[in-house]
Formats: sequence, C-alpha cells, structure tokens
Amino acid sequence: MNESVVSLRGVRAELGSRPVLRGVDLTVRRGEVVALLGANGSGKSTAVRGIIGQVAVSAGEIEIFGVPRRRFRDWHRVGYVPQRTTAAGGVPATVTEIVASGRLSRARFGILRKADHAAVRRALELVGMADRAKDSVNALSGGQHQRVLIARALASEPELLIMDEPMAGVDLASQEVLAETLRGQVAQGTSVLLVLHELGPLEPLIDRAVVLRDGCVLHDGPPPRAVGQHALPGHDHVHPHAAHDAEPLRTGLLS
Amino acid sequence: MDILDYAFMQRALLAAVLVGVIAPSVGVYLVQRRQALMGDGIGHVAMTGVGLGFLLSTSPVWMATAVSVLGAVLMELIRWYGKTRGDIALAMLFYGGMAGGVMFINLAPGGSNANLTSYLFGSLSTVSESDVTAISLLAAFVMAVTLGLRRQLFAVSQDEEFARVTGLPVRALNLLTAVTAAVTVTVAMRVVGLLLVSALMVVPVAAAQQLTRSFAATFAVAVAIGVSVTIGGTVTSFYQDVPPGSTIVLLTIGAFIALTALASPLARRRARALAAAQAAGDPAECAIPATRGPESTVGV
Repeated sequence: MNESVVSLRGVRAELGSRPVLRGVDLTVRRGEVVALLGANGSGKSTAVRGIIGQVAVSAGEIEIFGVPRRRFRDWHRVGYVPQRTTAAGGVPATVTEIVASGRLSRARFGILRKADHAAVRRALELVGMADRAKDSVNALSGGQHQRVLIARALASEPELLIMDEPMAGVDLASQEVLAETLRGQVAQGTSVLLVLHELGPLEPLIDRAVVLRDGCVLHDGPPPRAVGQHALPGHDHVHPHAAHDAEPLRTGLLS
Repeated sequence: MDILDYAFMQRALLAAVLVGVIAPSVGVYLVQRRQALMGDGIGHVAMTGVGLGFLLSTSPVWMATAVSVLGAVLMELIRWYGKTRGDIALAMLFYGGMAGGVMFINLAPGGSNANLTSYLFGSLSTVSESDVTAISLLAAFVMAVTLGLRRQLFAVSQDEEFARVTGLPVRALNLLTAVTAAVTVTVAMRVVGLLLVSALMVVPVAAAQQLTRSFAATFAVAVAIGVSVTIGGTVTSFYQDVPPGSTIVLLTIGAFIALTALASPLARRRARALAAAQAAGDPAECAIPATRGPESTVGV
C-alpha cells in the first residue's frame, strides 16, 4: 500500500521573476492525509496549484496516480477545493448548481444522468447542506460557502482530495462539520493533501506534515505539536506575522 | 396588426427577436465571469471591421464578424499570457479598434463618418432578406453553444481553476465563449448598433438577477426580458418614429429599474417566509430563550 497518489520531485516554479518553489519534493501515498504547512508566501498554495496545472512549473516532475501531470486525464479521481472565501460568481446560482459542476468530470458531454444527480445529493448530505440545496449561494455564511466548495469536490467521488486552506474564514461549528466530513472520507480510504495555515480541528486526522519555508521543504514527518496557548482547544490563531515570514529569506544557498 | 403588413417590418421584428434571445444568452456567461464589458470591447473592435469592409468594398457585416472574432480571441490570449496588466491591454484594443474604424472608413473612396452611423446605432429597418438568413444562421450557432454547453460554460465561468481539475478543456471553452460573444455583437450590430450592443447582453441579466436565485432561472428570465424589450422597442419605433436601437436599450434599463423596485418587497417576503420556517426550530431573531428545550435545537 505504498503506492503514491501525488508525487513532486525537484519542482521549481516562478511567479513573475520571483522563485516561489525551489526544488520541492513531496509525496502523498494512498490513504495518507498530508498537511502542507508554512507561512504566507512560503509557496504552499503554489505547490498545489502546480499539481493541478493552474501554475506552470519550470523544472521537476509532477505525477498524479503515477502518471505525469501533462498526460493525466482521470480528473474524476481528484477532488479539488480551491482557496476561496465565496462560492458565488457574477450571476446567482443555487447550491445544487455549484455542486453539480463538480460532477462534470464523470459526465459525458456534460449530460448529468440520474446517478449523477444522486451523487450530487450525497455530496450535499456529506457536508450537511442538503436542506439548502435550492438556496442561492449568496444567502450562505462563510462556513457554508466552504461546505459547498467541499461538496463540489466530493461530487465526483474522488480518491484524492486536494484542499487549499479549507478552514480559512470558517466558523468553529462549520470547522467541526468539515473535520467530520473529512474523517468519513479518510475512513473510506481517500487520500488527502491539505494546505493549512495551522492544524486546528483537523490535527487528529493528519498522518504527516510537510512544512515549506521560502519555497523549500523544511520538515517532512509527524505533524508538529502545538505548544502553550496554541494548544488550547478552540484557540483561534490570529496574529500578524513577523516581518521575516512575509519577506522570503535569501540565503543564497539554494537560489 | 398593420405592422406585420410590411415585409421590412417582418424582417426587422424577426431580427430583433433573434437578438433579444442570443444577446442575454451570451451575456449571462460574461456577467458570471465578471467580464460584463467584454461585449462593449468587441463592439469597438468590430468598428475596424466595418471600416475595412468599406475600404475593401466587401460586406461590412462579414468583415466586422471576422475582425471582432479575431479581436475577441486576442483579448482571450491577452488574458492568458498577460504580460502587461490585462485591463490596460484591453483598453488599448478598444481604442485601437475605434480609431482603426474611423481611419479606414475615411480612407475608403467617398467614405465618411456618416457611413458609420448606421453601424454605431443600428438600422433595423434596412435589414435585408440575406441579412435575415445570416442572422438566423449565426443565432442558431450561438444558441447551440450557450444551451448545448451550458453546464461546461457554467463551470468555467463560475470557477476557472476548479473547472481545470474537472478535466474540462478550459482554454477551448474560453475561446469559444469569446468567439460566440463576437458573433453575437456583429449580429446585434444591425439591431441596436455597436455602441449599444453590450447593453442588451448585460442589462437583461442584471435585471433578471433582481428576481432569481438560480443560474437557470436567471438565464430564462434574461432571455424573456431580452425578447420583450426587442419586440417592444421595434413596435414602438414603428408607431412613434423613434430610433429602435435606443428605444430597445432604454426599455431594457426601464425593465431593470422596475424589477429592482419589485424585488425589494419580494426579498422581504422571502425573508419573512424563511423566518417563519425557522421559527419552529431556530429563532431567527437575536432572542435568548429562557430555557433551552428540545424544541430549540435545529432539526436537520
């Protein structure tokens, strides 16, 4: 069971002329829950956006289910939750309409059949939003938006979930729902790659943490334990980051 | 209905109705991806096509179609590979398109800005038999795209990054949207004119949004508004001797204002209904119950 579902080897990426990833190695094995941690600007979002092909990588190899990303076509095996604070677009849309777009990867020619609609309903039930199915997403709270985005990712019944800061701007009640949803998915054998700012209520689920700093892997192993006040239940990790976090370190060793 | 006794009015009405259907059908996706002014930009680029048509003594309509399709594809490419800021690059395309149109038309033998007027503001009463055929074919293409690919276009317009991970051909769909918008602009050029095209793509959608909660309903109501105002504007212009293009656009804005006024009591009623539905389980107001009984827990 050591088969890797995501593997990055020596991945480099630039945004403009600024190097954001400087040779990142990262592997998620089947059934594993891996958290990608790091300060703002450490490259964790760029790393997942490189995996899905939204950001071009300049060097290195990315494989999804053992297939080079450029040749990977089985996108229904991947569920993606982008970093968003809202699920809304410029035109009103219902919760069901948004979640149904997650099922397109399994639908031929964009035609949703009975089984597809059933899968959309199941995804909504998983995040506890079935009673809001016909509501406009504009009428939802921040936590409910996030639940809709996660239901959209679950609609294709993926084997791998990639989530970029799923807990950002989510109230504690929704965080618990999301943690519960994720626990259910993991129990069914879904592999998960999560970008997180802090471990929070997901901590017990996480098998391994990869910490990025300035585009390099700083730590790959058991998740770092929160200490002191950070370890208190319900601790809301909100404080301005120190200047060295915002400004990438330029040691010259790797650039 | 003496209005239908005239062949030119029959053609005008048919063209107007087709534009009333297709303009909001494309517009709804442009509004969804927050590119509401794209139609306006294409309209400016189409002016260069009209000017070239006069200069080369070919059909201004087909030349405008060709140039605006090219312009729309160029706008999409700028969005992908944007080296300069996207909005600056688009602005230059808009102004370049307009200046090019005026330049070419004045270079054309016997051409002057007066020739542009019918394209800028529309000339519905001069729609010919062959125009009707062209408009019908192009409208069929637009409807095939906007209805046939509605789920794909919805996904791409809602969240491009997510759509990529569903394996949709995001770039191809973006290009198709741009081309479809360009075709719509040149079809609508005869009805409302290049300067007012964008209004018919955007305002019906904005008006429909005041009432709707779903994308499907917004699409349907926007098309209904589009058809109503194009018929209303064409009929009014026949009886009152006013320009049809501006009548149609003013009617559309009137519809927006009327629906906005109508929407606030509707929203209040919905809020009351929701509060009533929740009253059984969960207090909608910030009242703290004295004792928490089982009836105050939310039933899911």
